[in-house]
Amino acid sequence: MDKASYEVRTNKVELLSILSLDGTVNKELMPNLSDDQLRELMRRMVFTRTWDQRAISLQRQGRLGFYAPVSGQEASMVGSEFALNKEDFVCPGYRDMPQIVWHGLPMYQAFLYSKGHQHGGEVPEDVNVLMPQIIIGAQIVQSAGVAMGLKKRGKKNVVITYTGDGGSSQGDFYEGMNFAGAFKLPVIFVVQNNGYAISTPSSKQTAAETIAQKGLAAGIKSVQVDGMDVLAMYKAVQDAAERGRNGEGATLIEAITYRFGPHSMSGDDPTKYRTKDEESEWALKDPIVRFRKYLETKNLWSEDDEKNTIEDAKQTVADQIKKAESTAKMTIPDLIDSMFETTPPHLEEQKKAYLEKEGN
Amino acid sequence: MAQMTMIEAIKDGMRVELERDENVLLFGEDVGHVGGVFRATEGLQKQFGEDRVFDTPLAESGIGGLALGLGVQGFRPIAEIQFIGFIFEAMDSICAQASRMRYRSGGKYNSPITFRTPFGGGVHAPELHTDSLEGLMMQTPGIKVVIPSNPYDAKGLLISAIRDNDPVFFMEHLKLYRSFRDEVPEGEYTVPIGKANVVREGSDVTIITYGNMVHTSLKAAEELEKQGVQAEVIDLRTLMPLDIDTIVQSVKKTNRAIVVQEAQKTSGAAAEIMAQINEKAILHLEAPVIRVTAPDTVVAFGQIEKEWLPNEKKVIAGVKEVINF
Ligand SMILES: Cc1ncc(C[n+]2csc(CCOP(=O)(O)OP(=O)(O)O)c2C)c(N)n1
Repeated sequence: MDKASYEVRTNKVELLSILSLDGTVNKELMPNLSDDQLRELMRRMVFTRTWDQRAISLQRQGRLGFYAPVSGQEASMVGSEFALNKEDFVCPGYRDMPQIVWHGLPMYQAFLYSKGHQHGGEVPEDVNVLMPQIIIGAQIVQSAGVAMGLKKRGKKNVVITYTGDGGSSQGDFYEGMNFAGAFKLPVIFVVQNNGYAISTPSSKQTAAETIAQKGLAAGIKSVQVDGMDVLAMYKAVQDAAERGRNGEGATLIEAITYRFGPHSMSGDDPTKYRTKDEESEWALKDPIVRFRKYLETKNLWSEDDEKNTIEDAKQTVADQIKKAESTAKMTIPDLIDSMFETTPPHLEEQKKAYLEKEGN
Repeated sequence: MAQMTMIEAIKDGMRVELERDENVLLFGEDVGHVGGVFRATEGLQKQFGEDRVFDTPLAESGIGGLALGLGVQGFRPIAEIQFIGFIFEAMDSICAQASRMRYRSGGKYNSPITFRTPFGGGVHAPELHTDSLEGLMMQTPGIKVVIPSNPYDAKGLLISAIRDNDPVFFMEHLKLYRSFRDEVPEGEYTVPIGKANVVREGSDVTIITYGNMVHTSLKAAEELEKQGVQAEVIDLRTLMPLDIDTIVQSVKKTNRAIVVQEAQKTSGAAAEIMAQINEKAILHLEAPVIRVTAPDTVVAFGQIEKEWLPNEKKVIAGVKEVINF
């Protein structure tokens, strides 16, 4: 007997990567995507980058409320969502606005949500998303519930939920995965490991070698993926979704990625905890640059495509923020009426007091 | 004396105590190297080392349990919960465990923990960052609830909290962090927990309040003075234990009272204060005590936060109501 055979161990993993830095792909692993789909992936990433830049400046102008920048994470966000069906369900964290907008939430509602307008959260009937979760980890346990619901209803759909490396420390993270394992639920847990939880580096977050291996303890399939590689993210989620649809249960995907900007627009200064060297090293892995190189060799993407997409994104953001800004301001009486299905007497009384004041 | 903002005073209070007692530890999310999202702990890790001032993984339940365990080992933890809404993740540790440690262990162990957390509206923070949850804490037996309204009190109360052998829930209003400076003594001094402060004397009505609403109420009182009404303003400073004696004394003088709180109306601090006035001073009242509060909804962050929060006008209207009763 091996002297340490009673010790539980895991083997070293290699992260799934399909697209190299110079834009060549691993043909064996290449997912089956049409030229149009490849172009669409690129379009969405470029669009998301531009939208992020515009959102940052809108926030600075005071036209948005809370905003968490996403640049750097486009491959992880766009690639993962792209592998789902419209009927699949998305349970996002606060940074995961792109996924729910690409899944169907109108962009102006995302802006309203940021501004603290309750209409932002009125998710349209045919859009299967929850609103971004502020409480880190809450979406992870909730996604197990949504998945159980889908399963009980006999649906062949999966739930995807996102958190960060920080989020993987929460009790809810373990509880959610454990439930998904125990009940064999069709959930895809994506941890976007961008190296930091606000200022705290992953090395202080956990002593585990990878976050992916945390899923092993819950008995669910766990993989590590190059989160700056849109093809790898697409493939990992596609595989996980297939397993989920076939009744094979949940998957944990650790996406290794990076946020180029600050943690949020509320006073975070990354120069306090990151180095320039580190930033430029990650810039080399920019998911858009890499994928562009690949598409260009296949003649699927041109400078014009890029320019047009950026223009389109700018125009869309401008239109959508205008729509958000021209949405009637919410009122205290509306807010009061949204607490219960039928407003109880004490709240009717409080509402009356506001209506009287507004009347004079 | 130095001029300090409230956040500087809070940092100074922690610095003084870290220096004085090596059992004092400070931890939470992002409090170490960068010094907290509001810089309340800036420089403290540098001064006291990573053994004493450190970042935790992102897990509030873990932070609460860690504090409890360290308390059992004779340390005096200052545990930061980054924003108030995240205490729900730590509710078991704070409200079910730390608060009853002394009772459960027959006095062998206690929980000399200070839970610090920012709260309070008017700064356009996202949802679950600003809620006034003092009512939940007040209803938990075994925990003290402190809410300072100015830099001097903040430092003195915080030092008292850190030295207290029972758990203290210390709430720091976001709007007050940097809104003004105050004379704050260097070095140690304490402001006792459980003692209210009459911040303005008056003979016609008592305004009982705490936190940022102290400033709103003082402004309202100035305006009322122009209209010939002398309002007395009490800054409670501590909600649990409540300084009912100071309240009753004032009500006996003015015979009228309103309670002003930023929290929603029902079942909170104001309700408790009104109940106690009722029990202890009803025969001195010329009018029912009323409360000026936010409505019973979730916090309206963002767009209509301003309308949602109690303001000077609402305080004045409240005073008029009890005066004209
Ligand atoms: C329960 C809870 N605790 C703390 C916070 C405050 N907070 C917001 S984001 C954040 C860091 C999150 O880091 P990570 O999960 O790695 O995600 P990232 O932002 O890096 O994508 C913290 C501590 C919160 N929103 N919820």
